[in-house]
Amino acid sequence: MIDKVVPDIDEAIADIADGATVMIGGFGRAGQPVDLIDALIRHGARDLTIVSNNAGNGDVGLAALLKSGRVRKVVCSFPRQTDSWVFDGLYRAGEIELELVPQGNLVERIRAAGAGIPAFYTPTGVGTQLYADAETREFGGREYVLVEALRADVALIQGYRADRLGNVQYRKTARNFGPPMASAATTTIVQVDEVVPVGALDPESIPTPGIFVDRVVPVGWRAWTPDGEYAGGLVDVNGEPVETEGKG
Amino acid sequence: MATRISRGELAARLAQDIPDGAYVNLGIGAPTLVADHIPEGREINLHTENGMLRMGPAPDAQHVDPDLINAGKQPVTELPGTSYFNQAESFGIMRGGHLDVCVLGAFEVSQHGDLANWSTGEPGSIPAVGGAMDLAIGAKRVYVMMDLLTRDGRPKLVAECAYPLTGRRCVARVYTDHGVFDVTPDGFALVDAFGETTVAELEELLGLPLVDARTPVE
Repeated sequence: MIDKVVPDIDEAIADIADGATVMIGGFGRAGQPVDLIDALIRHGARDLTIVSNNAGNGDVGLAALLKSGRVRKVVCSFPRQTDSWVFDGLYRAGEIELELVPQGNLVERIRAAGAGIPAFYTPTGVGTQLYADAETREFGGREYVLVEALRADVALIQGYRADRLGNVQYRKTARNFGPPMASAATTTIVQVDEVVPVGALDPESIPTPGIFVDRVVPVGWRAWTPDGEYAGGLVDVNGEPVETEGKG
Repeated sequence: MATRISRGELAARLAQDIPDGAYVNLGIGAPTLVADHIPEGREINLHTENGMLRMGPAPDAQHVDPDLINAGKQPVTELPGTSYFNQAESFGIMRGGHLDVCVLGAFEVSQHGDLANWSTGEPGSIPAVGGAMDLAIGAKRVYVMMDLLTRDGRPKLVAECAYPLTGRRCVARVYTDHGVFDVTPDGFALVDAFGETTVAELEELLGLPLVDARTPVE
């Protein structure tokens, strides 16, 4: 029987090696697999290259991983945010390497790796300093730059629901990098709020089919989905509890 | 004397140019104001780069959902007919030329339509580009919404950009607090001037010749 469910989160990430390239899903805090990241911090793998859209928010999740000093390099599109003080400090101190990639090229490099395409031409970034040394070519009178696919040893992703076959559904805009990253890593590990029986997920709505997923880790409901469904008025946009006093 | 209009008035002016049924991406910051000024009777579809079409307005405090945010990482809502999709598809929507209009902020726009809006190149600053380069080259019409002058009075419409480019020859039209300018093969063309602003005044402010393309008032 196929069973990709690994209930012990530390066991699920135990084989991440020093020097690994690790994709981490999420756009800001939405879709960031915070429980898997916390497990990776406990695990202690170092000299990591992290591929993620941003470079951490506040002091939790990806920011905490950066703060642990185990990340050598970040490949991302938008490190600078109002709450990216951990990355900002490391970058200014010269303690972390940054490869800045326009967001669409970043995700297409990831998608290409998962789809068996080693490189592709893109119009994004033509004539900019990010591609000053890139190979260019004209198609139909328009100039394009050649960029290479980007794969990883491990992808860490946050889903909503999954089954033991590794079929994953996401919730709203937390889907973001999940499907392309799941396809582009040697080992894909997905944390989900709930594991459901095979057959319970609508086959017409499975953004990440199980073939892309190696391990599924149930972590329980999040604060704003206390019984599996959204409940309003409980958290702010960062997922922090809000003052409920005086609420009717 | 030149006359300026407010951000809200400018957003309302820009919104007049977005046709019914359009697929639109509004960049973070001032461009998001355009959504509040879509004329009555027009239905538009807002796209947000993090993977959603038919994005609705901000929720009240009782309906904030951390899984439902926009490109600026602010909470938003669904409209009936909303769809969610992954980042590869979302940027395919941009790069593939499917968006009718995008509205971006800018540091500078050149008379050739070059856009600089992602980096001032200051030493010690942390570079961040996000989806700016994809939007700049992807939408059918790229509109810029910005002040005409910097705080210290330098023009942001320029002969050549000094800041690092976001995209080459990509801007169609620039909406500023002094007037609206099209990018044409002959340079900037003034299509709308606010208040009593004259072409000569704007040419002096910018240090650039302007084509007067204003529709004559009847």
